[in-house]
Amino acid sequence: MKKISMASIINKTIEKAMIDSEKVICFGLGVTDPKGVFGTTLNLEKKFGKQRVFDVPASENALTGFAIGASLNSNIPILTHQRLDFALLSLDQLINGAAKWLYMFGGQFNVPITIRMIIGRGWGQGSTHSQNLHSVFSHIPGLKVVTTSIPDDAANLLYSSIFDPNPVIFLEHRWLHNSLGRFPKKLKKNIIGKSKVVKKGKDITLVGLSYMTIECLEAAKILQAFNIDAEVVDLRTVSPLDKKTIIKSVSKTKRAIITDTSNSFCGISSTISNMIYQNVKNLKNKLEIISLPFCPEPTSLKLIENFYNDRYTIANLALKMFNVNKRIKFKKT
Amino acid sequence: MVYSLNKKVAIEIHKKIFLIRNTEEKISDEYSNWKMRCPVHLSIGQEAVPAVLSMFLNRKDLAVSTHRGHAHYIGKNGNLNKMIAEIYGKKTGCSKGKGGSMHLIDKTAGFYGTSPIVGNSIPVGVGLSYNFMKEKNKNISVIYLGDGAIEEGVFYESLNFSAVKNLPCLFVCENNLYSVYSPLNVRQPKNRSINKMIKSIGVNSIECDGNDIRKIFLACKKAINFIKKSNKPFFLLFNNYRWKEHCGPNYDNDIGYRTQKEFLDWKKKDPLLNSYSLLKKLNVNNKIILSEEKKILKKIINAFEFAKKSKFPNKNQLMKDILK
Repeated sequence: MKKISMASIINKTIEKAMIDSEKVICFGLGVTDPKGVFGTTLNLEKKFGKQRVFDVPASENALTGFAIGASLNSNIPILTHQRLDFALLSLDQLINGAAKWLYMFGGQFNVPITIRMIIGRGWGQGSTHSQNLHSVFSHIPGLKVVTTSIPDDAANLLYSSIFDPNPVIFLEHRWLHNSLGRFPKKLKKNIIGKSKVVKKGKDITLVGLSYMTIECLEAAKILQAFNIDAEVVDLRTVSPLDKKTIIKSVSKTKRAIITDTSNSFCGISSTISNMIYQNVKNLKNKLEIISLPFCPEPTSLKLIENFYNDRYTIANLALKMFNVNKRIKFKKT
Repeated sequence: MVYSLNKKVAIEIHKKIFLIRNTEEKISDEYSNWKMRCPVHLSIGQEAVPAVLSMFLNRKDLAVSTHRGHAHYIGKNGNLNKMIAEIYGKKTGCSKGKGGSMHLIDKTAGFYGTSPIVGNSIPVGVGLSYNFMKEKNKNISVIYLGDGAIEEGVFYESLNFSAVKNLPCLFVCENNLYSVYSPLNVRQPKNRSINKMIKSIGVNSIECDGNDIRKIFLACKKAINFIKKSNKPFFLLFNNYRWKEHCGPNYDNDIGYRTQKEFLDWKKKDPLLNSYSLLKKLNVNNKIILSEEKKILKKIINAFEFAKKSKFPNKNQLMKDILK
């Protein structure tokens, strides 16, 4: 089957969901503009009409409340934000509204909405265009938080999010939109809450999410040359967390590096680390976390030089854990 | 839909006003027994608007409201037993004891929830109307709000969006002059008319006495006719007054943010007294009124008994209904 970009996979998934259910509506700033949110919403208006696909005013908070209301009265809304950071204007509706509606009204109303948020990185995106806030959203009971990384998985994750009966924050890393994958023949509705072993191994577990899963896979290739057989777990869902898959993997390998696209303070990487310590005995090394510095992202190329982690940071830390003296050198770009 | 304020309609309105007033008074009386363990924001003095508006709504019209939502819930024919049980934190409550006075809901009555975060339910109400627009079925979404909500960004966002999309929304703002204890003059510019501001945003609007039943009736009729004919939103601004403290069962004219004189001036405009004089003008037989009122008082007593007798939720409910 021909490989296509993850942006096209997202586009085709929304299209499929809109064909499968007339209840699905798709809106957000720029969804009908010539660029169609990095290509992810192109041609949808033409196919499904202005009532189901529409551009909106720059009113993130009201549009989130609108999505809640529309979902309470027969719609399945998909709301898209071109940057996660813009969605922060809607925290009231997300946290006080969407996350609470089912619980505080005694289980009578569920809110089946999907909120797509796109995360930027580097190229001067800076402090307010690059935040990875999956841990912030995951702190709120009542929200599901999905991070997509392997392009082959993107369609099933998004399709599952759209038809999930709960509010789902669907996080797309901008650096993954151009990565290539296949669009599945049949889409799955039930893979939220399940992590996936994307590479099997026996010596060390690398836990990845979002873009970091790709780096974990590359690190695993590097480690292969040193006869270190790394297993890579792609988190896929931050909340609810699939504890079973992670514990099973680390129980086997007895070593783990947990990578995060954000910093680890009050974050998912710390939570996973704690969970492993509570559940896995006889670890061969102390657990390691690879995450961002606890500061906002600066814009200057010079300042950002050592900000992000990659396959080399992961591989070198693993080599250290295995007492291999050699380190992988690489040219900074 | 009703077309004129005849005897029959006036009696129905009176029944609603009387029910709301006496339910709230009963809550106020019982509150100090410490069995209702949640904040209550009473609607005494603000009964007329939801009572009259309810004459124009059916079950398929949907409504959302605020922390001060008892009157709106009752106005929309929300189940009284379930509301009182909810305030008592019982499992028979309208939110199964998880919401309290500030989170009222009655799905069958078309009352789709209240939120104590100022402005929070406004865009939700706008969203409820989207399907009405799509299906062109002439139902409307009623969005109750207070004067404080007008200061929230989400209010502008929601109003603007409803105008851009031509959504069948009726915004019903009750201006009771205070946001908690903060008067209008510290919150909004002195000579700016709310009504004019709404119009300039692009939504039709009427300002109206919130205690005069005839005037409220005409305003509601005009607004709903407009929405159904033009498929556009409408804004109703009613001026009325919260008799009791912001939150709780007592009067608070002594603490200094408003004067006893101001309170007494507004009390003269009592919507319940206005309702009696309207019934008198329409020559409604006193016996009919008394017999209806007796039934209502019995209904209220029964609701409190129901609530008190009902069981608390099981402890395992704590972790239920977080996700579906």
